[in-house]
Amino acid sequence: MNFLFYLFAATALAGGIGVVINRNPVSSAFAMIVSFLGLAALFIQLDAYLVGILQILVYAGAIMVLFLFIIMLLDVPSEERRRLTFGALAAAAAVAGGFLLLLGSVLRKHGAGRAILEPLDLPADAPSDVHRIGDLLFSTYWFPIQIVGVLLLVATVGVVVLSKRELR
Amino acid sequence: METTLTLNHFLAVSGALFAVGFAGVLLRRNIIVIFMCLELMLSAANLSLVAFSRFHIGADGAPNYDGQVLLFFIITVAAAEVAVGLAIIVALFRSRETTDVGAFTAMKN
Repeated sequence: MNFLFYLFAATALAGGIGVVINRNPVSSAFAMIVSFLGLAALFIQLDAYLVGILQILVYAGAIMVLFLFIIMLLDVPSEERRRLTFGALAAAAAVAGGFLLLLGSVLRKHGAGRAILEPLDLPADAPSDVHRIGDLLFSTYWFPIQIVGVLLLVATVGVVVLSKRELR
Repeated sequence: METTLTLNHFLAVSGALFAVGFAGVLLRRNIIVIFMCLELMLSAANLSLVAFSRFHIGADGAPNYDGQVLLFFIITVAAAEVAVGLAIIVALFRSRETTDVGAFTAMKN
């Protein structure tokens, strides 16, 4: 169980680092898929089966295919090796490192984070997580899901409009 | 000795992934890769949502599924965002013939 956690966490992080350091956008996109697979495995380890599958289907399946499609449509060249300006490197290291330090201090200070992951103790006839999420979506969250439907419609229309008209 | 997994483990992975995505946004010049790094940050936040949901055990012994419902919405919004964002990138590419963020200076000054 623990070994799997470290394996999948390392997969997700290595994929993320691969996205940042690969100069070829196609390699970046594939590293991103690896990262999402690791994340989905972590979700499943947290007993979130539906969300883990959705992560693979929507992110690794749909979103990354869209990215790859656009990269290949535009025929994006590899970024040429350029000298990293000291400013950009220092800013990235300072912001990311500062964020990690802050996170570490917060995690160390608060005891709530030390809660131990124990196996779920559910009766055999308990509804599955798909059932529970579906129940919540169409009862408590009935209004947000309608808004999301409208949002998807607006996005579809927006994409059609954007790709029809020439920008100048 | 084998240590047990705690909430902190998952939050640390989530934070590290977020930091990697953030560094990518600051360091890369290709607008498509910057957009991918944004997606990475979004799904890093998803991991902490799932972790909080899993560790918030209700009276019936089941996790609190509200966090996972929020994650469902985040994934939907991310899909819409990617579709619109990539359409904008294609439009930008048509007018500038490049995906380097250094070339997009129309709003400077």
